[in-house]
Amino acid sequence: MAGTIKPRDAKELRQAVEWALSDGATLDVRGSGSKTDLGKPMRCDQVLDLSGLSGIVDYAPEELVVTLRAGTPMREVEALLAQRNQMLAFEPPDLGPLRGRSAGEGTLLGTIMGNFAGPRRLSAGAARDHLLGFSGINGRGEAFKSGGRVMKNVTGYDLSKLLAGSWGTLAVLDEVSVKVLPAPDQTRTLLLHGLEDEAAVTAMCAAMGSPHEVSGAAHVGERTALRVEGVAPSVEARIEGLRTLFQGTKMDELGTLESRAFWREVRDVVPLGADPDDAIWRISCAPTDGAAVVARIKAGQPSAKAFYDWSGGLIWLALPMRADHALVRAGLAGHATLIRAPEIVRAAVPVFQPLSPALAALSARVKESFDPKGLFNPGRIG
Amino acid sequence: MQMPPLDPDILRRRGEIVAALKAIVPGEGVIDETDGMRPYECDALSAYRQMPLVVVLPETVAQVSAILRYCQDHKVKVVPRGAGTSLSGGSMPVGDAILLGMAKFNRILEVDTANRCARVQPGVTNLGVTDAVQHEGFYYAPDPSSQIACSIGGNVAENSGGVHCLKYGLTTNNLLGIEMVLMNGEVMRLGGKHLDAGGYDLLGLMTGSEGLLGVVTEVTVRLLRKPSTARAVLLGFPTEAGAADCVAAVIASGIIPGGMEMMDKDAVQCAENFVGAGYPLDAEGLLIVELDGPPVEVDYLVARVEEIARGRGATTCRVSRDEQERVLFWAGRKAAFPAVGQITPDYMCLDGSVPRGRLVEVLGEMRQMSKTYGLRVVNVFHAGDGNLHPLILFDANDPDELHRAEQFGADILRLCVRVGGVLTGEHGVGIEKRDLMNVQFTDTDLDQQMRVKCAFDPDHLLNPGKVFPKLRRCAELGRVVVHDNKIPFPDIPRF
Repeated sequence: MAGTIKPRDAKELRQAVEWALSDGATLDVRGSGSKTDLGKPMRCDQVLDLSGLSGIVDYAPEELVVTLRAGTPMREVEALLAQRNQMLAFEPPDLGPLRGRSAGEGTLLGTIMGNFAGPRRLSAGAARDHLLGFSGINGRGEAFKSGGRVMKNVTGYDLSKLLAGSWGTLAVLDEVSVKVLPAPDQTRTLLLHGLEDEAAVTAMCAAMGSPHEVSGAAHVGERTALRVEGVAPSVEARIEGLRTLFQGTKMDELGTLESRAFWREVRDVVPLGADPDDAIWRISCAPTDGAAVVARIKAGQPSAKAFYDWSGGLIWLALPMRADHALVRAGLAGHATLIRAPEIVRAAVPVFQPLSPALAALSARVKESFDPKGLFNPGRIG
Repeated sequence: MQMPPLDPDILRRRGEIVAALKAIVPGEGVIDETDGMRPYECDALSAYRQMPLVVVLPETVAQVSAILRYCQDHKVKVVPRGAGTSLSGGSMPVGDAILLGMAKFNRILEVDTANRCARVQPGVTNLGVTDAVQHEGFYYAPDPSSQIACSIGGNVAENSGGVHCLKYGLTTNNLLGIEMVLMNGEVMRLGGKHLDAGGYDLLGLMTGSEGLLGVVTEVTVRLLRKPSTARAVLLGFPTEAGAADCVAAVIASGIIPGGMEMMDKDAVQCAENFVGAGYPLDAEGLLIVELDGPPVEVDYLVARVEEIARGRGATTCRVSRDEQERVLFWAGRKAAFPAVGQITPDYMCLDGSVPRGRLVEVLGEMRQMSKTYGLRVVNVFHAGDGNLHPLILFDANDPDELHRAEQFGADILRLCVRVGGVLTGEHGVGIEKRDLMNVQFTDTDLDQQMRVKCAFDPDHLLNPGKVFPKLRRCAELGRVVVHDNKIPFPDIPRF
């Protein structure tokens, strides 16, 4: 059982890495520890717990930016922004309950490290698009920074993009600056009923290509949901526009409160209705491929369950644990990530989309450029 | 501006290198005559020039790969170039490097409106993408002011912005995938039509890497549906502080305009004399706020912006009545640089970003510096995202003025960093801001960036002399120093 180091400030964080470097100790880097069952299972010498580095450093609502310590819990960030009627526009999901944990456990940094995003990914981008800058410690025990606190910045390489989605394998961060946006006044959802998967994807793509600024497009069961957000008169007009676009289809509507609840469930993958033992996959593909990808998997595994977000480009899939998981990636133009499965499955099935040899070699060189001794989360994404 | 000394060995081998390139790219794709190379001697930062070793214009990915592999094997440096519109010298040639022009990669490969994307070659112009899709009601959002001429490949290299970034993002937020060739000739694809490719976000890293990491040979861009309406509001304020307050108040009220530009009194006057856009000449600060979306939304937001502006003391408040007038409102802003060019022999355009809340303070300090250096400064900027474009007026024929202008410019950028901003918001570091990188970054920060460069280009052959103020060898950067004496377990909480 590995011991845990819990630094209280940036100096101690650096000391911890310096120690690990000199001792050759590998580190299991975590925030609140809510995502330790995500990724490839690891065996590390020490746990580096960042939850002691917590708190808001600076919040400037009129600058649309918040700077916080790496281990700040997500619920604190969300509560802070809500006071000023702002939000993290990429709609960070809370996948804790999906994986049998309680809600609200995670940190913003954990979400950034997995580059997660909710339904608004379509119009607002993912975590990667909102990380403006950071400071942290690389695998040489050196304190460094990249990016900044301003919206427009092309000074030097955009290492924020690289760190977002790196699963803690490149550097341990101490502070992050994140872009925030005004929360919409109103949210309404048009529900189309009775569309088969293929027709639903076509409808979602048509809605996304319309001028009605749809900020969520999901297909769950027989319901196809299109979300419109903004100021009241605009929401009204755009819902009307969508109604006209889909004339002849059976439809109804969700108001602001119902919409928020509905999209929170889509965000957190509640509608999948997976059995407790099912493995859960997240598949990203071109939206128009979505229905065919699901049909192909269901042909091989009829008990598979799925629903669509991102206009068909994001598929949440539940497969029985003992199913042939190779089905998921066979012929897939896109990528698939195993989000929930027991350790034994995650050790046997590639959790992340395997890379081409050239890309894998380049990625390994990039990893080495930050962490030459492989201290941080070894093998987690390998 | 110091460029690295030329390698005499490469210059001596020029004939052999030209012959090798001609074997890879047949016909007229290799330009080695001085007259033919002349158009390539600089980019849009025309104060700095150097003739390249030779120009090569490949037409296929296989040729790009073969050229780079040859250059890697023979340790020949390469400067990639799109349309040559960089304002920071990003594609400025180097005398001992081949100039790799991507202009012949000029085809739109696929338009896929159902998936809202287009696959294009890197030499296609920014506006060329929109032109290819607008009949279906779509457009490509990033709109740098060089959009008629600049190439998409160059946009990827520079992470180009434009006036609509605040709402629609920079290039990096509008890309789905690229194909690129590494210095060793390897061709790889990142992303595609899906979102968020697995593995490290190398697409995000490549975007804005200023041609130092790889050569982009194909780009998949995200398309957006054109907003159904757009209207512009012209707001004149008796003080710059009033205009800046208005910008902050609009955003604090929850409105993210499609564009929000500010011009100071001198810029307004120049632009007005040049195009006659109907700008109020008495205003110390002028804002152009563009609102786009469904007509009812635009009407609603226009009314709110007007109300906020009047509350902040706006003395002029005009809303465009039709598309023609909206375009006219923008015409002055878009012509601001050439308009300033009319009143001065030369000007230097800067590109720092600052937190919006520090705008007024930064403008005030700039005025002070203007007095100290004895040079005028005119200000045009993307107020919505704090991206400044101060124009320093000078006469390049007077060496002392050129020198003072450079010093003045450097001081402005130092000021930007001091108030929490950055050296460049959208033009890139290139050679122009290279020597100021230490103002914003420590040596450790820059070493980390150079190590990333080493992962792609271990011999520093691609786009040499750009971005990094001093280059360190990859072998030296790669060494890990571990102290002989073990560091004791730190005295911090453990369990």
